[in-house]
Amino acid sequence: MKKATPAYEFSKGIWKENPILVQLLGMCPTLAVTSTVINGVAMALATSFVLIMSSLIISSLRKIIPSSVRIASFIVVIATFVTLVDSFLKAYFYDISKALGPFIPLIIVNCLILGRQEAFASKNTVKMSLLDAFGMGIGFFLSLLVLSTVREILGFGTWFGIQVMPDLFNPWMVMIMAPGAFLTLGIMLGAYGIFKGKKSRGV
Amino acid sequence: MELILLFISFVIVNNFVLSQFLGICPFLGVSQRIDAAFSMGLAVTFVMSITAAVSWAVNNLILKKFGLEILEYVVFILVIASLVQLVEMFVKKVSPPLYRALGIYLPLITTNCAILGLALLISLKEYNFLQGLVMGIGGGVGFTLALVLMAGIREELEAADVPEPMKGAGITLIVSGIMALSFSGFAGLIK
Repeated sequence: MKKATPAYEFSKGIWKENPILVQLLGMCPTLAVTSTVINGVAMALATSFVLIMSSLIISSLRKIIPSSVRIASFIVVIATFVTLVDSFLKAYFYDISKALGPFIPLIIVNCLILGRQEAFASKNTVKMSLLDAFGMGIGFFLSLLVLSTVREILGFGTWFGIQVMPDLFNPWMVMIMAPGAFLTLGIMLGAYGIFKGKKSRGV
Repeated sequence: MELILLFISFVIVNNFVLSQFLGICPFLGVSQRIDAAFSMGLAVTFVMSITAAVSWAVNNLILKKFGLEILEYVVFILVIASLVQLVEMFVKKVSPPLYRALGIYLPLITTNCAILGLALLISLKEYNFLQGLVMGIGGGVGFTLALVLMAGIREELEAADVPEPMKGAGITLIVSGIMALSFSGFAGLIK
């Protein structure tokens, strides 16, 4: 295996190993909260914060945590930060916290976070783990931004609550409901596959 | 009567996977074969029913009594993790054939968001004990239904001519979208 550089660890999460498009991790919040851009962005920021803080703690403690109870320890660390985020949102952004509902506490079982702790932070230095967490966080953020942009524009005719479609546009109700989420993400994966396929044929 | 309606509502109308987006990871991951999907559904239903009862008891008899609601998330996830461990040991001892059938799916249930979601929803909606239990069983049955249906379609899809970039997860999500669309036809059946 070639030696990983810091730049690689940072950038792999954004495109090459994008958590949503390639690894298919953390699908539940991805599909559930992306009916509007503001909810999608809030969810992405909350998840990235928990991911970065947990990576920091876990990678600092990686030599102390016994491997037999590592999963339980990871979950306790993650759950603590999620409680923190939840209280913060309730105190300062009550509307968003209400709109996201049970999906804020469900960050605890987001496989993206636990997966990165198990696969990366528990084996690498603090610096590398932070870079990895930032990269994955940005990749997650971008995917959610694209998905929620498509759904909000087609489902409400707005973007960030600002009307972007002409008055004649008839909103597609289906886009803000469950089927729209599945269909949009399916098409996004297909588009990603086309880009990737072109690149690998070119080499 | 009210409980029967609640049960039906969580099996088809408010299906955990197709309308509430809970448990998507196993739904996409373990739906290649019908028999594996059924075993997974069985294991999840089993754990969900027990989780509903235990998390309700812990929340109402311990956390609320001592004003410790802030610890809700940490406690719930620990309860679920230890329950899954306990169920695993119990099944291994009592029924080795069932244990072999469930295989690696049992430990995976800890990170299934349907389970934690169930515990949180019961606490959020302030259900009583019986309602919570019915929701747990109904949710599990609904999860199994969605998973087995999906596995059936995917077994057929293997023979279909799917465009290269859409293969795998892409087409699975499109199929889920169409399934969710047909399930949304049940909306309004039960208030």
